[in-house]
Amino acid sequence: MLSINSITRTVLKRHVLSVSLPRLLPTALAGPLGQSRHYSSMYDFEAEPVRGANIGIKHTNLLNRSASGIRTNPELQQQGVSDNETKKMNYCQAINDALRIALGTDDSAVVFGEDVAFGGVFRCTVGLAEEFGRERVFNTPLTEQGIAGFGIGMAAEGHTAIAEIQFADYIFPAFDQIVNEASKYRYRSGGMYDCGGLTIRAPCSAVGHGALYHSQTPEAYFAHTPGIKVVMPRSPAQAKGLLLASIRDPNPTIFFEPKILYRSTLEQVPVDDYTLPLSKAEVLQAGKDITIVGYGSQIYVLESAIKMIERDMPGVSCELIDLRTILPWDVETVADSVNRTGRLVISHEAPKTQGFAAEVAAAITERCFLRLESPVERVCGVDSPFPLAHERFFVPDVVRCYEAIKRTLKY
Amino acid sequence: MMTLNAMDQVLYEAQRQGRISFYMTSFGEEGIVGSAAAMDPNDPMFGQYRESGALLFRGFNLDQVMNQCFSNDLDKGKGRQMPVHYGSKQHRFHTISSPLATQLPQAAGAAYALKRSSITTTPNSNGKEDGQCVICYFGEGAASEGDFHSALNMAATLECPIIFFCRNNGYAISTPSVEQYKGDGVASRGIGYGIDTIRVDGNDVWAVYAATLKAREIVVTQNKPILIESMSYRVGHHSTSDDSSAYRPKKEVEDWNLHDNPLTRMRKWLTNQGWWNDEVQEITKKQIRADVLKAFGDAEARKKPSIPSMFEDVYDCLPQSLVEQKNEIMELVRKYPDYYRVHDFAKEQQ
Ligand SMILES: Cc1ncc(C[n+]2csc(CCOP(=O)(O)OP(=O)(O)O)c2C)c(N)n1
Ligand SMILES: [Mg+2]
Repeated sequence: MLSINSITRTVLKRHVLSVSLPRLLPTALAGPLGQSRHYSSMYDFEAEPVRGANIGIKHTNLLNRSASGIRTNPELQQQGVSDNETKKMNYCQAINDALRIALGTDDSAVVFGEDVAFGGVFRCTVGLAEEFGRERVFNTPLTEQGIAGFGIGMAAEGHTAIAEIQFADYIFPAFDQIVNEASKYRYRSGGMYDCGGLTIRAPCSAVGHGALYHSQTPEAYFAHTPGIKVVMPRSPAQAKGLLLASIRDPNPTIFFEPKILYRSTLEQVPVDDYTLPLSKAEVLQAGKDITIVGYGSQIYVLESAIKMIERDMPGVSCELIDLRTILPWDVETVADSVNRTGRLVISHEAPKTQGFAAEVAAAITERCFLRLESPVERVCGVDSPFPLAHERFFVPDVVRCYEAIKRTLKY
Repeated sequence: MMTLNAMDQVLYEAQRQGRISFYMTSFGEEGIVGSAAAMDPNDPMFGQYRESGALLFRGFNLDQVMNQCFSNDLDKGKGRQMPVHYGSKQHRFHTISSPLATQLPQAAGAAYALKRSSITTTPNSNGKEDGQCVICYFGEGAASEGDFHSALNMAATLECPIIFFCRNNGYAISTPSVEQYKGDGVASRGIGYGIDTIRVDGNDVWAVYAATLKAREIVVTQNKPILIESMSYRVGHHSTSDDSSAYRPKKEVEDWNLHDNPLTRMRKWLTNQGWWNDEVQEITKKQIRADVLKAFGDAEARKKPSIPSMFEDVYDCLPQSLVEQKNEIMELVRKYPDYYRVHDFAKEQQ
């Protein structure tokens, strides 16, 4: 592996990014970013893009390591909780905390699913059965279609049903209940009935050894279903606020929890009862040259790729947006950003073809066509089932994201 | 049975040491071997995941087990699935799928296909054309899925030659069977669907054998399904991701293991027959363990399947999107060989 020094010594290449200039402008010209800059082009020398960069969740700047991120968060300020007590929680504990608040503030609320009573296979429901009783926190027989249908029925009678599907990969027996029933309950009754009190939680996404059936991120199937909401939070504080919002939202909601985050993310979380807005994306890092969109655990991969890009292309700044809600999604925030940056890369772990990135790309092309300076890029999972031995080639890893961002910037 | 047990011990331990990613043992349920012994070797098998014993009985060998668990380049499944998700066309064992109960209606369909083609195709291994029979294994937990019910009803109405073999081991992960169903086990459901049903002591290998043998005879002579509910106990944790002390007393597990274990019972029976003694036990155990460790070491030393192999078998041939994705990824792999640890993977076979 080449060290940074040896590369800098070896090659200095003139490079300029044209942000709002026509794309055919010779790269040797100075662009609107200021003067032309020198930077070492790793690309030409095929050096590892990672090169000792501190990547991954362990080194993220996106988690509230202290309470200051909570104090200054406008959404939490609006809720009046930003100045109050916070507690360090991992994602799993934050989910648990949200469920406890939901059960404690709403007598009609119940939590149920396979193995939920003893705490769930991921321990997200630990202690709830002891605290609220087995009548409110209970095991169901092993049937996902039953779980979903049961939840719809409870919700249609005005109760709050919080169901757990043990793995997102096992949500498909419930597909009919979700797609044909939950999503259409209100519409088909002319608004007389609805099952808005239903929330279905499901752990999703890659963990490094899950293979075909413990790794999938199936948001796109559900994103094609008008009438339900689809949410996927990236962090403990986000998960707590978004879960409470999903539970209280008057529409049925599928709540995906990237299970790799359960224990790998730890941050300060407000102890209070609070919600975060659904259908509202969040700009995690402001930037002027390119817009990067993702959600769930992929956010941390994108953050790392951006760090490497900004290291290797001094002067470049990337705007990182977490969609948070996938349906109905916040096209405005993304379009506003792309109208400023002129470039867009979208990334998710699910396979590329018909993945949610396609929807983002199409909607942004419709709105921002004249502002775009490069084709919208999608960095996604491979169009295959999720493999075990080849997981690292399947997922849109940091190198693949880095290369795509660079390609888009240089277009 | 002893091989199954020895293999489970080694692979369980190997997972604990981080040498394989996952494992599921059959501790306490070794009696399953009796059912495989009663089937014809050409009878198609559908499993759930805790039926390694049936597959071993068919001749799936330790190397094949280890290659799958290490997802190495000799794994016939090409390293794609988690450990214990075996499959072997050679042994007419359909590849395990994690989503529960999905194999049940598939097995009914396979049985119907057998019925339609039994006149024209493969005779049994004994050369007799007395018809073939599918055997489909599943847990009492999986029997709560909708697929279980559609499978039984379809097999009954369409008169499919199939044995539905329920392993009732008392638990579905943490959920005890008393929370799984209110009725009389899974057996009572067979009656409701018009399926002749038998409940058997799953820890008595000979009882399992005799029941399956008789069931098979009825199936192939009368062209109708049979349901067997085999009562046993899951002595091990659900899987290596599970710690069962969180939901059941250690004492319960110890009691079962001590007083009603298929291995111990078989050993006692053999000893009473005068065909077995402690010395033979020790020698056999040592030999089996050595065989297991040998296969383990061989498989662990091998590389993972070649990188391009991951794009195969999505379809019969690569569609355009996959061709492009393959090219992109292979280019990155060439560009960053260290980052992608290419040396862990076998070279592409030409
Ligand atoms: C459709 C589906 N839902 C949930 C799971 C998660 N899961 C894996 S094994 C299991 C318990 C199965 O119990 P049982 O059928 O009794 O078999 P046993 O493990 O006892 O052999 C569960 C819930 C799954 N694999 N598939
Ligand atoms: Mg069971």
